[in-house]
Amino acid sequence: MSEPWEEEGPGTIKKFMYVNRKAPYGTIYALESLEVVLIAAAFEQDVSMAFLDDGVYQLKKGQDTQGIGMKNFSPTYRALEGYDVEKLYVEAESLAERGLSEDDLLVPVEVMGREALAELMDEQDVILSF
Amino acid sequence: MKYGILVNEGPYQHQASDTAYQFAQALLDKGHELFRVFFYHDGVNNGTRFAVPPQDDRNITARWSEMAEKHGVDLVICIAAAQRRGLLDEGEAKRQGKDGNNIAPGFRISGLGQLIEAGIQSDRLVVFGD
Repeated sequence: MSEPWEEEGPGTIKKFMYVNRKAPYGTIYALESLEVVLIAAAFEQDVSMAFLDDGVYQLKKGQDTQGIGMKNFSPTYRALEGYDVEKLYVEAESLAERGLSEDDLLVPVEVMGREALAELMDEQDVILSF
Repeated sequence: MKYGILVNEGPYQHQASDTAYQFAQALLDKGHELFRVFFYHDGVNNGTRFAVPPQDDRNITARWSEMAEKHGVDLVICIAAAQRRGLLDEGEAKRQGKDGNNIAPGFRISGLGQLIEAGIQSDRLVVFGD
């Protein structure tokens, strides 16, 4: 338990979860979400990322964007570890629905079921959904 | 209670900005505090004073500006998202060598850190998006 004087003020550490639900290309949500996470890392909060629905494609290995003339930003997910963003959760059902498995992903993640992920969301102080 | 709001969609195309505004108005009416409204993704387009909607329609940007003036609400536009989409204040226009600026009264351009700060400082951060 934290002391009362630790609970407020600029030193507060909150649980931030960034929820990614959209495919990496087609819209800018995934890229701009990643930009938020990288900035947020400097604030020394308890940061985690969740990938569900088409958001699981953001972590797919072997992305090749040459044909659509967009920057392949997927290597950035590998850099997250260097920013101390190490808690990456992927929803098992979303992977399965898309014929994907953990081996298809470019970074180590924790795969968890929909119900467990919902419980984890319940524990968060701030959820930013993109 | 202290609230923060994140608006992720532009005006008119999406209802998210309208709903965010109505939510903001309702919480102010109830005597709650609104720490900040942060505009991200296409949400930055809420802050252009160059929009000229039909006279028999709501003026979304003017509505936000009025709220800022009346209640001192901090309306912050993300600089990275704004630069992509052509939203500039006077200083930024000068720095980028552009021939004009288009930020509406009551809005200011700043970094993503302002969003994280809103998450830390607010009791609730409410996201309005797709």
